[in-house]
Amino acid sequence: MCAVRGLTKTYPAVRGRRGTPATPEVRATDDVRLDIRRGEIFGLLGPNGAGKTTLVRQLTGLMRPDRGSVEILGHDIVRHPDRASRILAYLGQESTALDELTVSLAAETTGRLRGLEARKARAERDAVLDELGLTPIAGRPLKKLSGGQRRLACFASALVGERPLLVLDEPTTAMDPVARRAVWSAVDRRRAERGTTVLLVTHNVIEAETVLDRVAVLDQGRVIACDTPTGLKQQVAGEVRVDLVWREAAPLHVPEVAALLDRAVAAGRRWTLRLAPEEARAVVATVTGGAAFAALDDFTLATPSLEDVYLALGGAAQQGLVKA
Amino acid sequence: MSVVPAEALQGGAPAVEETGRGAAAELGPRARLWPSLAAVYRAQLSRARVARIPLLFVATFQSIGIMILMRGVVDGGDEAQSVVAGASVLVVAFVALNLLAQYFGQLRASGGLDHYATLPVPPAAVVLGAAGAYASFTVPGTVVTAVFGCVLFGLPLAHLWVLVAVIPLAGAALAGLGAALGLLAPRPELATLLGQLGMSAALLLGVLPADRMPEVVRFARDLLPSTYGVEAFARTFGPHPDWAFVLGDLAVCGCVGVVSLAVATWAYRRAAVR
Repeated sequence: MCAVRGLTKTYPAVRGRRGTPATPEVRATDDVRLDIRRGEIFGLLGPNGAGKTTLVRQLTGLMRPDRGSVEILGHDIVRHPDRASRILAYLGQESTALDELTVSLAAETTGRLRGLEARKARAERDAVLDELGLTPIAGRPLKKLSGGQRRLACFASALVGERPLLVLDEPTTAMDPVARRAVWSAVDRRRAERGTTVLLVTHNVIEAETVLDRVAVLDQGRVIACDTPTGLKQQVAGEVRVDLVWREAAPLHVPEVAALLDRAVAAGRRWTLRLAPEEARAVVATVTGGAAFAALDDFTLATPSLEDVYLALGGAAQQGLVKA
Repeated sequence: MSVVPAEALQGGAPAVEETGRGAAAELGPRARLWPSLAAVYRAQLSRARVARIPLLFVATFQSIGIMILMRGVVDGGDEAQSVVAGASVLVVAFVALNLLAQYFGQLRASGGLDHYATLPVPPAAVVLGAAGAYASFTVPGTVVTAVFGCVLFGLPLAHLWVLVAVIPLAGAALAGLGAALGLLAPRPELATLLGQLGMSAALLLGVLPADRMPEVVRFARDLLPSTYGVEAFARTFGPHPDWAFVLGDLAVCGCVGVVSLAVATWAYRRAAVR
């Protein structure tokens, strides 16, 4: 239902001025190719600055790409950006346009501006607020709500006036588990009843693993992998992650430990190793016995997560994905 | 948490088939101009309850304060008429020009325009709705200022009804200018600065009696749209107002309003899609 081909956008270099350093030319999306199927929850995963939001802005007609094509449900969005608003609902990261409205008026106005008649907009507003459990706070301005509630109210606005495609940019940021569950069950209901498709931007790996049908991993503007979360994890299935936490410093006088130094990513007292299962077993045997054990505080063995996939695929940001 | 597999859905066809051309899906409805304008207007108006009330008081007190100060300078007659008219229109300039420029400047800088840009709403509806709401915010302050000024300087209250035309027309001109400045300024601080400057100009050129000004200032005064609102209003205090001139001044306001709102709409379109 959504086909993206060769999408490229380069931000021009900015000359430095007093107080602001010069920034070189940045290729925010680089020859991106994606196919999103009807009725799936498709994720864009990547660290900050990977180009997720730039890509989404090009898909929603908010930004013109330098090159490439975007086709949603048979409509050419690059040539007719205005059509995007009639096909999709977009939940951006900013809520400034709605902040000073009450939850109820924000949802109703958005519905009206999505082309609904007054009576229909009110009916849909009531249904959506009820569905998301926002009715008790319907009369309060968004500005006075907590971050998670405000996000949920913006999500409600995105749902009023049905669209076959929902583009959600980090919808569950700052939400508590109850609100989060409300979001995903609302999405699932629309998907089951109307075949709604969802494009989700996230850098929360845990959420990505639980809700997404397929995920594209973005790094420096390029799609470095695209598959189901399970499929991606199988790419690194041969590896196990071993985390070692030393009491003070690593006991480098133990030859087996010293041999691991080159392969470990050290962060303070913590070493992270990616190893084949039998190697991992040997390492655990070494550190849990003999001289090394005295220096060991804790250790964990884990099967790969999407974060490991991202790092294994050559993701540039060594700090990984999860911001929280 | 997602329990419905994509393959299980009706119409969950493979991507390859769907990308075939010629099978474009039906588009959602477009929001029509007047209903969406009404919706934006209503939403903006409701913001007054949350955020704008303190500033509306500031606008009124500022104008009343200026009139009290000017009482020691002017001694009735023509000058008093232009002071009262100038102070009343200043409320319009403060809210419609200055605050609207700030609002659109901040909305643009923070990405808030994305919300409107991803809805099928005509740009004119967003601009006119917001401008109309800000012009409406000025009504209580302008009326209070005008009545207070008339009492203070002993001017007749008979023709105050002309505010019914002055507020919307001066409001359109100044709100259009404010919206255009806010949407065109590359940075929000610049939008704030331009709004403040516009209001200062309306204050200095509108309230202070023109006869005592040097030629250059009088020329600048003729360029400022609020001047025509001030003149139209001031003329009606006389014993026999020349209604043709009043209409002429108001027509200038109206024309500036149409042009500046058109520019603001163009600026919105430009700011929304980059």
